[in-house]
Amino acid sequence: MSEKDSNFNQNEIKPVHTNKVGGSPFKGVVGWIDNRLPIIRMFKYEYLDFQVPKNLSYLWSLGGILMICLIFLIVTGLALGMHYKPSSSEAFTSVEKIMRDVNYGWLLRYAHMNFASFFFIAVYIHIFRGLYYGSYKEPRQLMWLIGIVIFFMMMATAFLGYTLPWGQMSYWGATVITNLFSAVPLVGEGIVTWLWGDYAVGDSTLNRFYVLHWLLAFGILGIVIFHVIALHIVGSNNPSGIEPVDTRDTVSFAPFTTSKDLFAMLIFLLAFVLITMYAPNYLGHPDNYIPADPLITPAHIVPEWYFLPFYAILRSIPDKLLGVIAMVSSIAVLGLLPWLDLSKVRSSVFRPVWKQFVFLFVLDFFVLMYVGGMPAEGIYVLISRVGTVYWFLFFLVIAPLVSLTEKPLPMPKSIHEYEDWKKQGKIKTFKIF
Amino acid sequence: MSMRIGKNKEKSKHLKFFKKIMSSLLKFSLFFFLLIFNVSNSSSAEKQEKLLKQSWSFDGFFGKFDRASLQRGYQVYTEVCASCHSMNLLSYRNLSEVGGPSFSEEEVKAIASKVEVLDGPNDSGEMFKRPGKPSDKFASPFANEKAARAANGGAYPPDMSVLVKARAGGPDYIYSILMGYTDKPPKDVKLEDGVYYNKYMPGNKIKMSKPLSQDSVKYSDGTPTTEEQLSKDVVTFLTWASEPHLEARKRIGFKTVVYLLILTVLVYLVKKKIWLRVEPKV
Repeated sequence: MSEKDSNFNQNEIKPVHTNKVGGSPFKGVVGWIDNRLPIIRMFKYEYLDFQVPKNLSYLWSLGGILMICLIFLIVTGLALGMHYKPSSSEAFTSVEKIMRDVNYGWLLRYAHMNFASFFFIAVYIHIFRGLYYGSYKEPRQLMWLIGIVIFFMMMATAFLGYTLPWGQMSYWGATVITNLFSAVPLVGEGIVTWLWGDYAVGDSTLNRFYVLHWLLAFGILGIVIFHVIALHIVGSNNPSGIEPVDTRDTVSFAPFTTSKDLFAMLIFLLAFVLITMYAPNYLGHPDNYIPADPLITPAHIVPEWYFLPFYAILRSIPDKLLGVIAMVSSIAVLGLLPWLDLSKVRSSVFRPVWKQFVFLFVLDFFVLMYVGGMPAEGIYVLISRVGTVYWFLFFLVIAPLVSLTEKPLPMPKSIHEYEDWKKQGKIKTFKIF
Repeated sequence: MSMRIGKNKEKSKHLKFFKKIMSSLLKFSLFFFLLIFNVSNSSSAEKQEKLLKQSWSFDGFFGKFDRASLQRGYQVYTEVCASCHSMNLLSYRNLSEVGGPSFSEEEVKAIASKVEVLDGPNDSGEMFKRPGKPSDKFASPFANEKAARAANGGAYPPDMSVLVKARAGGPDYIYSILMGYTDKPPKDVKLEDGVYYNKYMPGNKIKMSKPLSQDSVKYSDGTPTTEEQLSKDVVTFLTWASEPHLEARKRIGFKTVVYLLILTVLVYLVKKKIWLRVEPKV
């Protein structure tokens, strides 16, 4: 290291600022605290005065909704954790004890269960939003990547959580998924035994899954904070995909975004309450109310609904190792999108060709979800193969090809001009988008 | 359509052609999807009889258990089902709890005292038998799973505590199983000893003999003891057993929905008012 770079060059005399007290926009006690711990002004700058594009649609409310889901999941999880017993002989009955004897235990458990499902509903819409409006492009690539890490962690956490009630689907789901690691050449069997902590899925597996479920839940919270910090650096994308220029393009976070997001959250919460209170087991599988039995395999082992598209990709490939690779890379490939889609235009509103492929991709997602829940035989295998091929084609071939050949529609110069064009009917968008 | 600022006619022609292809592709895949869905549905319908859908007292937004039916259902359970099926997760005290069969505490004490419970060890290290208390779990018909299998031709009668939640179709499925026995199975079905034919059982073979028939239980309240009535009562009881807080859930659910609806409307109006500052009415 040269002398110039060194922070420890004691030969040069420079003023130092170890005491940074001051600079608060507040007065009195609040100012006194804020001068010493600047979180109050941070909250003001980042959550009250923060400028966001004024044309954000309700699809931009999903971020806040996801945060609410995560907090609710952690709170209900804490309460449940105080009554749950992670042992293969007691887990099932301890969950039922929560449902029967703990005050409002049934509410806590049903809420936790269904919040997990609603977390995935929200995250899928959130990812679709990013895909459709090109939110992954410069300068938001890192946010997109952090998002994919969060999605992987969510899937792991949800899988671990699903094993905890120790019903038939918990047990056999855990068996199927952990067995996937045996596909790794040479060390596969060793990894599986290491994961199980035993020579079969059993008591020690459940115990560590419980610990990891907790660990990952808080891990998600940590990474989400990075996601949000990065958002406050790069700013929100918007339906036009054009960066805001002046105050004609933006509104302040409070009260505009907050009131809009609150309304969206309440609608989301209404849907959640209706499912949780009137059909709490609708999104689950009845077999999970049968205690785990290593001697009886269920007729069809199916994962939770939110894993079905990836389960279909896994099963579409006859080779176990390649299937696992395909499943993992079907999500990881999202991370390459910022470098595969070379178009400078962000929003699909101005990309007539790409837009069609995005909708086809959404259809593909639902088709895969459907076949993932069906037995892997006959026509379903063929459909899942077609679906898998399109999934990868979409990212690896269609994205670069379309971005190089497509001619984008004429674009307005700013967000307020975009809004004018929309009013004049020059731009066709969906109402809720 | 409206924003084709038509500089490049050549390009837009390509675009139209492309759009045509895409939309027909979408339509085709949708059609394909529906076709498969229909085929798969009809093929599974051939194997599986449609369940007998009943209207239950606990259905719907304001559903509540019919108390008398719960009490009768408990009678059917104890006199018929309990000779083979355990209910490990329930205690006698549950029978007097809110939202359940609402037996009085005296009645529950009397019910519990009729069973003998193995307790202990006492101070001299001996196990002893005593009459049951309301806090005891429901007595099991067999000492363990092996004993249950030995007595039932190798089949293990499942615990009934959460049975309704553990079967696709829930109450309708259990009801259909109870009503699904036929005197003469189809000619092409061969039944081994101790195996019975049931229309609604997956695979149509069941190791439980027909449990309920006309007058197999005598009701004291004068309710007719038809097969349908007995089945309905016992299924109501089993549904309560697997969802003891169903009534509270629906009650709280309704209040929450009403509260949220009002709040949502208010928040929407607030939001509209706030956004008028940005988008004044023209």
